[in-house]
Amino acid sequence: MENYLWLIPVLPACGAAILLIIGRFLPKALVSILACGTIFTSFILSVITFIQLMGLPADHRVIHHVAYTWLQSGSFKAQAAFLLDPLSIVMLLVVTGVGFLIHVYSVGYMADDKRYSRYFGFLNLFVFAMLLLVSGDNLLMMFIGWEGVGLCSYLLIGFWFEKTANAVAGMKAFIVNRIGDFGFVLGVFLLFWSVGMIDFKGLKDAIHANPNLISSATATAIGILLFIGACGKSAQIPLYVWLPDAMAGPTPVSALIHAATMVTAGVYMIARMNFVYVLSPTAMMVVAIVGVGTALFAGTIGLFQKDIKKVLAYSTISQLGYMFLGVGVGAFAAGIFHLMTHAFFKALLFMGSGSVIHGTGGEQDIEKMGGLKKYMPVTFWTFFVGTLAIAGIPGLSGFFSKDEILWKAFSSTHGHWVLWLVGLIAAGCTSFYMFRLLFKTFFGKNYSELAHPVHEQEPSGIPVCCDDKNDAHNSRGHGGHGAHKGPAHESPWIMTVPLIILAVLSVIGGYVGIPAVIGGGNHIEHFMEPVFSAHQEAAVTHEGAPAEHHGPGHGTELLLMVVSVLVALAGISTAYYFYMVKPHLPRQMAEKFAIIYKLVFNKYYVDEIYQKVFVNNLLRLNNILAYKIDLGIIDWIVNITGLGAVKVSEGSGWTDLTFVDGAVNGTATTVLTGGKVARVPQTGKLKHYLTWAVAGAVVVIAGLWLLL
Amino acid sequence: MIPLQHYLILSAALFCLGLYIVLVRKNAVAILMGIELILNAASIAFVAFSRFITPYGAGGIGGLVVPGAPAVGGQTFVIFVIIIAVCEAAVALAIILNIYQNFRTVDTDQTKGLKG
Repeated sequence: MENYLWLIPVLPACGAAILLIIGRFLPKALVSILACGTIFTSFILSVITFIQLMGLPADHRVIHHVAYTWLQSGSFKAQAAFLLDPLSIVMLLVVTGVGFLIHVYSVGYMADDKRYSRYFGFLNLFVFAMLLLVSGDNLLMMFIGWEGVGLCSYLLIGFWFEKTANAVAGMKAFIVNRIGDFGFVLGVFLLFWSVGMIDFKGLKDAIHANPNLISSATATAIGILLFIGACGKSAQIPLYVWLPDAMAGPTPVSALIHAATMVTAGVYMIARMNFVYVLSPTAMMVVAIVGVGTALFAGTIGLFQKDIKKVLAYSTISQLGYMFLGVGVGAFAAGIFHLMTHAFFKALLFMGSGSVIHGTGGEQDIEKMGGLKKYMPVTFWTFFVGTLAIAGIPGLSGFFSKDEILWKAFSSTHGHWVLWLVGLIAAGCTSFYMFRLLFKTFFGKNYSELAHPVHEQEPSGIPVCCDDKNDAHNSRGHGGHGAHKGPAHESPWIMTVPLIILAVLSVIGGYVGIPAVIGGGNHIEHFMEPVFSAHQEAAVTHEGAPAEHHGPGHGTELLLMVVSVLVALAGISTAYYFYMVKPHLPRQMAEKFAIIYKLVFNKYYVDEIYQKVFVNNLLRLNNILAYKIDLGIIDWIVNITGLGAVKVSEGSGWTDLTFVDGAVNGTATTVLTGGKVARVPQTGKLKHYLTWAVAGAVVVIAGLWLLL
Repeated sequence: MIPLQHYLILSAALFCLGLYIVLVRKNAVAILMGIELILNAASIAFVAFSRFITPYGAGGIGGLVVPGAPAVGGQTFVIFVIIIAVCEAAVALAIILNIYQNFRTVDTDQTKGLKG
């Protein structure tokens, strides 16, 4: 039954290969069908696998398929093998499902791009790498996928590379990710060094069989090193700076890579390595604190951003922080649950913003939008659903998953009420900035009445990608109107249908994980339980089980739930008051608290600090290395060595000339002299030869005469 | 009857004359003539020895003894010598012709291409 398992990642790889090699010669329709078709087939295969997995008993829901042994060296063994268990199947479904919808959406969004087939080739390649990441059965396979998605991310951020800023944003993402990857690789090395294997199942069994296999200190080191990798990939403090800049890429790319799938790879990795993390409470604590810190930090930056995509980018960072908070307090299933719901509503929001950008001819500044509700009803309603979901309104998916994490942060043995409180404040920020975005974009003054002056320069000095967007869309001409001035219009059905599907998923996606306290079954947690078992029971209070554990009971959980809903509503009403009732209030407030506003608006100057502290010092170090160390010391050593070699070879040359050449020349002279002597009788005159012959005959005859 | 010695003296004289011409003359054609003289000297010696040394009825050709037949081995050789002389003259003249075409002369002192 697992025979076709390898097809799931390989199909998009084939699609990518075809599109990247001969795609430019194919008609656009064929490119679209090929790109979407491979992903859709992978999705169908994933669904079939999921159904098969559900048919197995709960404790044996693991499909392990070895394609072939890739490397074997001594005790080290790396197989090209796939591991499908409840954790990876959820990831597979999210990646292929959301990936397919975004592919379809891209058909509309990228319709007029001149590098159409290359875009879909990269997108397919990305899905391939991501599927490898989530379905590989060992850390090496995961690492290949890990690097592959990083590469595709780089390629797609810089997709419109004509503009230097986009190319720079791509490089920034790549370099920051490299820093994280360095930690990840070190973590893998340390793990292999201490356990001697890298496949998940073997590691888990070994650690379960002997919990003292890894000392607590080693587990902490491994956990933190791997988490550094996760920080890079999933944009956590201090390596989050690349994600806002990554918005330079096409919007569907932001939706797929920088919101729904790739950036969640870090969360998946930590959930996958749960058996290591539970050995080290310190590492768990680091993950939880960094997660919740990022959630709040990015959430506050999101409050005052003007670029629609930047708001969503900081929101993504913030939501990723939630996921890390979840896995950091040992609630791995809750983290993955939030990952899944977030994939739905954040992909929806990004694609909604893409639809807005598309419909307004490349506008990204929310200050210049307004009243779009009238022009883009489908986009508005789906965006509204996504906003409600992310804000944590009861009944939508975001509420269940976010609340689950907050509750676990409060109640788990790894948790603490401070973590819960910070998370709660971040949740308030989330609902505020999301509704601010909604109000400014879709309500208020009419878009068409607003003049469109030259874009303001983003004050942080980080380049914005708006102009490039225009390049991509100008060719469209927007039905004869100017690219900027024309009235906003709804996007074509190929873009709105995925929006509607994702909106439905954003609503119902949470119902697989309704906590028991309000009458749900929390299916997803039970589904994933086998993956996180053996240590889980000790760490997290179970919903399903009676509250026999330590920690707060159902009453507290309900109370906290109500509190978080109230906070969300408070955020919404504040946003409503500021941006709908008194639209001039925000400006007055900004002037009043100018310092704080400037600080937050400029993203706490983190980019500038990094520039001063790291980049500049690195460049200075570079100069010292280049001009002092390299030119002064290394070149000196090289020159001295060179001089010595010249002297030695001079001596060697003298010996060569005198003795060796002497012998050779002597031989030659001898032969030459001999030749001169031998040449004397060779006169060339026939007469002389005949004389010699006659003389010889005479000698022979005389000799015979005398002898006989 | 003329004794054998006279023939041999004639043959030797002819041979020496031929050898002298071969050694002294520069013209290739003249050398060729000298060679012809040497060959004829050899032929005279062959015929003379054939006549005087081998008696009638004791000969045969190539070891095939025919009782009563004259011994003609030496005379047969002369036939061969004449034939070979003809062939040699033809080949040698061809060579001389080529030498002439290459060097524009048949003077053997001028044709020194093989000088070491």
